[in-house]
Amino acid sequence: MNARIINKMLMLPVVMLVVSFAVFVAVRHLPGDPARMLAGPAATQDAVDAVHHSLGLDRPVMQQYGGFMRGALAGDLGVSIESRQPVGREIASHFPYTLLLGLSAYALALCFGIPGGLAAAMFQDGVWDRIFMGITIVLASVPNFWFALLLMELFSVRLGLLPLMGAHSWSSLLMPSLTLALMPMALIGRMTRASMIAVLSRDYIRTARAKGVGLMRLCLRHALPNALPPVITVIGMNLGSVIGGAVVTETVFGWPGLGHLMIEAVRWRDYPVIEGVTLVAVLSVILVNLAADILISRIDPKARRI
Amino acid sequence: MTVPFRALASRLPLSLLVGMVLTTFLVVGALVAPLISPADPLSQDLYATFQPMSWGHPFGTDAFGRDVFSRIVYGTRYSLAEVCISVLVSCVAGTLAGMLAGLVGGYVEQAIMWVVDIVFAFPGIVLALLILSLLGPGFINMLLAISLFSIPVYARLAQNLTHTLQRTEYVEAARTLGAGTWRILYVHIMRNALGPILVQSTLTAGSVILTASSLSFLGLGVAPATPEWGAMMSDGRNYLGIDILPSLFPGLAITIAVLGFNLLGEGVRKVMEK
Repeated sequence: MNARIINKMLMLPVVMLVVSFAVFVAVRHLPGDPARMLAGPAATQDAVDAVHHSLGLDRPVMQQYGGFMRGALAGDLGVSIESRQPVGREIASHFPYTLLLGLSAYALALCFGIPGGLAAAMFQDGVWDRIFMGITIVLASVPNFWFALLLMELFSVRLGLLPLMGAHSWSSLLMPSLTLALMPMALIGRMTRASMIAVLSRDYIRTARAKGVGLMRLCLRHALPNALPPVITVIGMNLGSVIGGAVVTETVFGWPGLGHLMIEAVRWRDYPVIEGVTLVAVLSVILVNLAADILISRIDPKARRI
Repeated sequence: MTVPFRALASRLPLSLLVGMVLTTFLVVGALVAPLISPADPLSQDLYATFQPMSWGHPFGTDAFGRDVFSRIVYGTRYSLAEVCISVLVSCVAGTLAGMLAGLVGGYVEQAIMWVVDIVFAFPGIVLALLILSLLGPGFINMLLAISLFSIPVYARLAQNLTHTLQRTEYVEAARTLGAGTWRILYVHIMRNALGPILVQSTLTAGSVILTASSLSFLGLGVAPATPEWGAMMSDGRNYLGIDILPSLFPGLAITIAVLGFNLLGEGVRKVMEK
């Protein structure tokens, strides 16, 4: 455990406090009044005021924030204005879907990116290297919602092989996870290649080669472990954009995850849900980056020193 | 003796040449949009909806009988505006903040980099969604949101560059001669940091188009009828199973534009590294 990681851990509560306050205040300045939406278009001003009061929206912002933080620390994020369900329960019921989608997307990305990047680096400037670099730059340029629509047109509308939308069976997972995997595939692939090329020019690789180590063993045992830390860092840094991609992917495929919940909440001006989902997203980004740092310090002895 | 053009072109990386061709194509398309589009991008013809590809409608027509090709050609203007405005705003703001942090140091640096780190902790689109729900949907608000979450990248890059450049002999010489902070920033640091920052801007341009079209696709960007590529796909998505053409071509246009900027960025980086 080095000082940088401990420092980050100590900063975590402070960052979450600042983020939660910023989100809380910002969300309360949203245009549109949820009380009026709930009370209905024909409600009198008195009825709207009563809803305001029952939601606690007529209290000063600092007082509301204090109440929110006390609840949040006890695991209570408030009640959704739209569905009347506790926000914690809403998030808990949507989170597994996003987690499943994200994990399967990263699994696909790793299965393509690591071997692909490895092969490209081993035969640098060869035919596969050129093809691989071409594929990855195209993957990074394709908008995921377009790719999603093309998949839906081909596999659901034309061929009728896969369910168009929703999450009914395991086959529903295929198209969304492939869509979400495009960007990390490109990034992991390119980073693996770049990192491997840097490692392959090192002295210990030349020594291993001189000693007569076979190509497979040289590549998998000597080079790859040393090339992995930058790849892990890139996976952590990239999580934010994958969460962004999940918002779009879930919306297109009607996948009932957190992104879907967020878009619905923005549409309904559902303050507590917007806050809850944003905090969960920020917390996951910070935690995953922290986990990446810890993992690197485990596999890389150089990173263990301060 | 002047170097023949072909010799020069053969020395440049392929990615740079292809990127230059694609982005030039985009700029020319935006400039001559009224000349090459066969129809008004907004005019509807409810008797000619979902037309197949033909000479009159090269990419067919959409659910309201609007010519898809004309809409895509006009859409290049929106994409270029997205890139120019967002990249300019985030690059200027981020670079200034990062350089100031690097030059002044101490508490100012800590405070600036702390804010940058907090903005960086937000997943891009989630921050944009928050800002858009705050300001309301719209083209300018969307560009503001995108600019804001792109600032940290430039701020970090500028801070690092400033730290490196500050240790160079010419900056120390200038300081010994009594040059002030602003003069060092403007004359010595900004001009030398321009290269890497330009490369970063080109690399960001592609992701700006991707994010902007995603937000428009989600209905939070431009107004519904606007011929913006993401918004066109948001329309087209409702008619999946009836006709794929109105969503196929806008997506292809986004891919080509983003690919152009990505290749250009990679090419410029390769040239700078040599």
